[in-house]
Amino acid sequence: MLAGSTAILLLVCGLIAFAFLKRRPASPAKRVWIVGAGLVFPITVLTALLAYGLVIGERLLPRQSSDLVRVSAESSQWRWVFGYDGGGRRTYDALHIPAGRPVDVVLTTADVIHAFWVPRLGGKMDAVPGRQNVLRIEADRPGIYAGVCAEYCGIGHARHGFRVVAHDAAGWQAFSAGDRP
Amino acid sequence: MNALRRHRDLARIWDSPPGWRGALASVNHSQLGIRLILTAFIFFLIGGILAMLIRAQLATPGSAFAGPDVYNQLFTMHGSIMMFLFAIPMFEGFAIYMLPKMLGSRDFAFPRITAYGWWCYLFGGSLLIIAMLAGLAPDSGWFMYTPLSSKPYSPGINSDFWLLGITFVEISAIVTAVDIVVSILKVRAPGMSLDKMPLFAWYMLVTAGMMLIGFPPLILGSVLLELERAFGWPFFDAARGGDSLLWQHLFWLFGHPEVYIIFLPAAGVISTILPVMARTKILGYGWIVGAILALGFLSFGLWVHHMFTVGIPHMALAFFSAASTLVAIPTAVQIFAWIGTLWSGRPQLRMPMLYLIGFFVTFVMGGLTGVMVAVVPFDWQAHDSAFVTAHLHYVLVGGFVFPMFAAAYYWLAHFTGRQRQYRLGTLAFWLIFVGFNMTFFLMHLVGLLGQPRRIDTYPEGIGWTFYNLLSSVGSFVLAFGIALFVIDISLQFFHAPRSRRNPWRAGTLEWGMSLPPPSYNIGSIPHVESRDPLEDDPRLAHRLAAGKGYLSEPRRGWRETMAVDIVTGRADHILVVPGNTMLPIVTALVTGAFFVLMLLKFYWLTPLPLAGMAWLGWRWAAALGRKEDVGPLPIRGEETALTHAEVEDPPGWWGSAFLLAADATFFGALLFGYAYLWTIAPNWPPPRLMEASLLTLGLGLLGAGVASAARHRPAAQREGLGLAGTAAMLIALTLSAFFAPPPTEHAYNAALGVMFGYAGFHVFVALLAQLFVLRRRRAGYHSAARRAEPRIAQLWTDYAAGVTAIVLTASHVPALMA
Repeated sequence: MLAGSTAILLLVCGLIAFAFLKRRPASPAKRVWIVGAGLVFPITVLTALLAYGLVIGERLLPRQSSDLVRVSAESSQWRWVFGYDGGGRRTYDALHIPAGRPVDVVLTTADVIHAFWVPRLGGKMDAVPGRQNVLRIEADRPGIYAGVCAEYCGIGHARHGFRVVAHDAAGWQAFSAGDRP
Repeated sequence: MNALRRHRDLARIWDSPPGWRGALASVNHSQLGIRLILTAFIFFLIGGILAMLIRAQLATPGSAFAGPDVYNQLFTMHGSIMMFLFAIPMFEGFAIYMLPKMLGSRDFAFPRITAYGWWCYLFGGSLLIIAMLAGLAPDSGWFMYTPLSSKPYSPGINSDFWLLGITFVEISAIVTAVDIVVSILKVRAPGMSLDKMPLFAWYMLVTAGMMLIGFPPLILGSVLLELERAFGWPFFDAARGGDSLLWQHLFWLFGHPEVYIIFLPAAGVISTILPVMARTKILGYGWIVGAILALGFLSFGLWVHHMFTVGIPHMALAFFSAASTLVAIPTAVQIFAWIGTLWSGRPQLRMPMLYLIGFFVTFVMGGLTGVMVAVVPFDWQAHDSAFVTAHLHYVLVGGFVFPMFAAAYYWLAHFTGRQRQYRLGTLAFWLIFVGFNMTFFLMHLVGLLGQPRRIDTYPEGIGWTFYNLLSSVGSFVLAFGIALFVIDISLQFFHAPRSRRNPWRAGTLEWGMSLPPPSYNIGSIPHVESRDPLEDDPRLAHRLAAGKGYLSEPRRGWRETMAVDIVTGRADHILVVPGNTMLPIVTALVTGAFFVLMLLKFYWLTPLPLAGMAWLGWRWAAALGRKEDVGPLPIRGEETALTHAEVEDPPGWWGSAFLLAADATFFGALLFGYAYLWTIAPNWPPPRLMEASLLTLGLGLLGAGVASAARHRPAAQREGLGLAGTAAMLIALTLSAFFAPPPTEHAYNAALGVMFGYAGFHVFVALLAQLFVLRRRRAGYHSAARRAEPRIAQLWTDYAAGVTAIVLTASHVPALMA
């Protein structure tokens, strides 16, 4: 997308710069400008892009999977409460997940709209009053990832961040067994 | 009559009296246009200073320059000012000043409305500035998402300032849009058929039409949110059957078209200036008109792309994603038509052209990132990050501010009557261009690194510091450029030699007058033969001043201009527009009193200004009209025409029709909200439905039918039947409201309350209109020729009848079926 955009930008700038040259070829016919450049060109590019976006988007959706892990995230002004095993265990401002396995985060809010975003683990999703939204994330390798609130939520918005701790298989087992908070 | 004598006579009729009384009473479109432009520019500077403060805060991590409470006010006010108090009023002011001159007329169709619009804008905008100076500025973001902006999470008066102040300004936007649409359609030089109109008029026609459809959803949203905040009617409270997403739908139903509403007038400026600067004609006039119409239409189908992350199913998102990318096509048609125009001419790199090149580079980049964020999975990353901040500034600064700066240099001679002299402007351009790109290009990158929007601070050591610092430096370069621009323009006003007429040798009519133009624009009105009248006849300005056109003989002290047939542009009738009056400012003050009382929570006093407005509305209409028929009057040579008082559909009828179209959009949005809550919101169905009654429903429907069908009867019978039918509607609505459950209990009840209130309000307006017609007929204002007033009143009655029938059906029938 970046390469394509750069090419289009350069093309347009080049066409404009060319218009100012003293010696340049005669202008193409109106049909070339409007039908060719104005209609056919964007329609072709955009159709391809849309199809590509649709396929990628479908792939990112939460789907059934045998090793799926489901956690909950309740946001509030200004705290994140993460729940595991149907709410039996809770952690605050740090979400624990296994690395290399798909994780569904069920998002709710106790007050205003917030959004869950861990830039390196996936897209973002809003937590909306009265609703439950599900976001699929996945960490390729163990580590600590920074998460932020991506929907303006008042005075504490900038400090409404959290951490995601992705464990290796052993670490996840230990966490699930309750050894570590 | 010689040219000088004609000038004196016309000036005596059209000039505003000197002194402050004249200034307060002026309804002249040139004066009001300039006032709007200046006011909007001042708001632009205020918004710019706020932006500087934002950048100062973000320049370094952990900055203690502004705390989060102040910072939240800063970015809320920056967005609100730039969108509502700068961009829209700026192009409105430009259109108000320029359109009549381009269309070959002497004023807008509704001069008093033009003035009322400016006063409302001034007072509403000032409310927001006062709030800011008092430290009580809105702080829930310019998008005011509920429930953050609702009472429990924003208990202060801050959000009320936004809701009431912006609604006040939106009233101005709506009435100005009606003024613009009717003026473009009806008040042109004879011969100017739709396909001979300057492209700028096409752009403004579509823009104003979009405003009539786009703004009512926001006004509705603001009314509902204010009702929730003030009286606890739970439209957006999930616990009581409301839904915060309803606000987002209503907001973006307005908010996305808004972007095109801002872009289209600027594109109109480009389509006007570019061919002149390239010494050629625009390529593909018809294609461009098609592209404008397509943009206007498509822009209403893609608001959901602001809501890709709220949890809407992916396939629904795919639809809006496709619609969002689709708008790139009419935009591409325009861009390549412009480039083709450059190629077919001999463009020169002179002043306005620099800004146009700035526009091309910046806007194309904004468009490309726009296509990126229209792709759903990309948006899941970029949404609400600094990437979007960068994108929207590329679109809006590139697509609006740069063209407006080009317009300033192109039309400067029109306002000053002087030719541009200093070269400061070129330096200003480069500072602005470089500063802008430095500020905002980096935001793309830091956004992709994960920096969210609307944060007042960020930690050190995560790689954002460098970008933010450079971005802030860029913003100060940009600010210097704008300061130089201000200095350059001010110098031109005082220190430049006089300009000759038509300095660019352009073809459009606004250059066919002396500079700066007199209050009446042109001594006589031309007959237009082509799209470039001045090119056909370079001496047109002299011939018009010498009285070789329509309406060259001032008579009876009337402010006369020509009204034409919408499509063909055939001379239709003489429009006599009202002169200077205090009514606009008084009405705006009374309107303002209503908003201030709401703001101060003196709800029990609000009936006073409402009654005042009803009385003023009566006065407003009563100031027009005549007690005798004058018949056809000469307009040019042997040609004659009737005055607007004696034709079937005068501009007043069209004005009512377009105002009702906006009103109907408001009502449509209300019905959408009712259906949306019923089907999508959590915590439905409500604990109890209203007590429905077939009898009440039948009474209301009967009343609506009688009031509407009365039109075919003779005057006295029509009035009697109309009043009886209207009374029946009023009774049915009152009974329904009386037996409805209390509005604070559930969103269902609250929605019913608003629907009854809305219908009741319109029935009341219809009642007033009917009483007005009754009084006027008895006083001798109506005749077989002067028949417009009853027709206009009937329009309002029909609308009230339709609304009442729909409201009663939508409330009683579901309850009856349950």
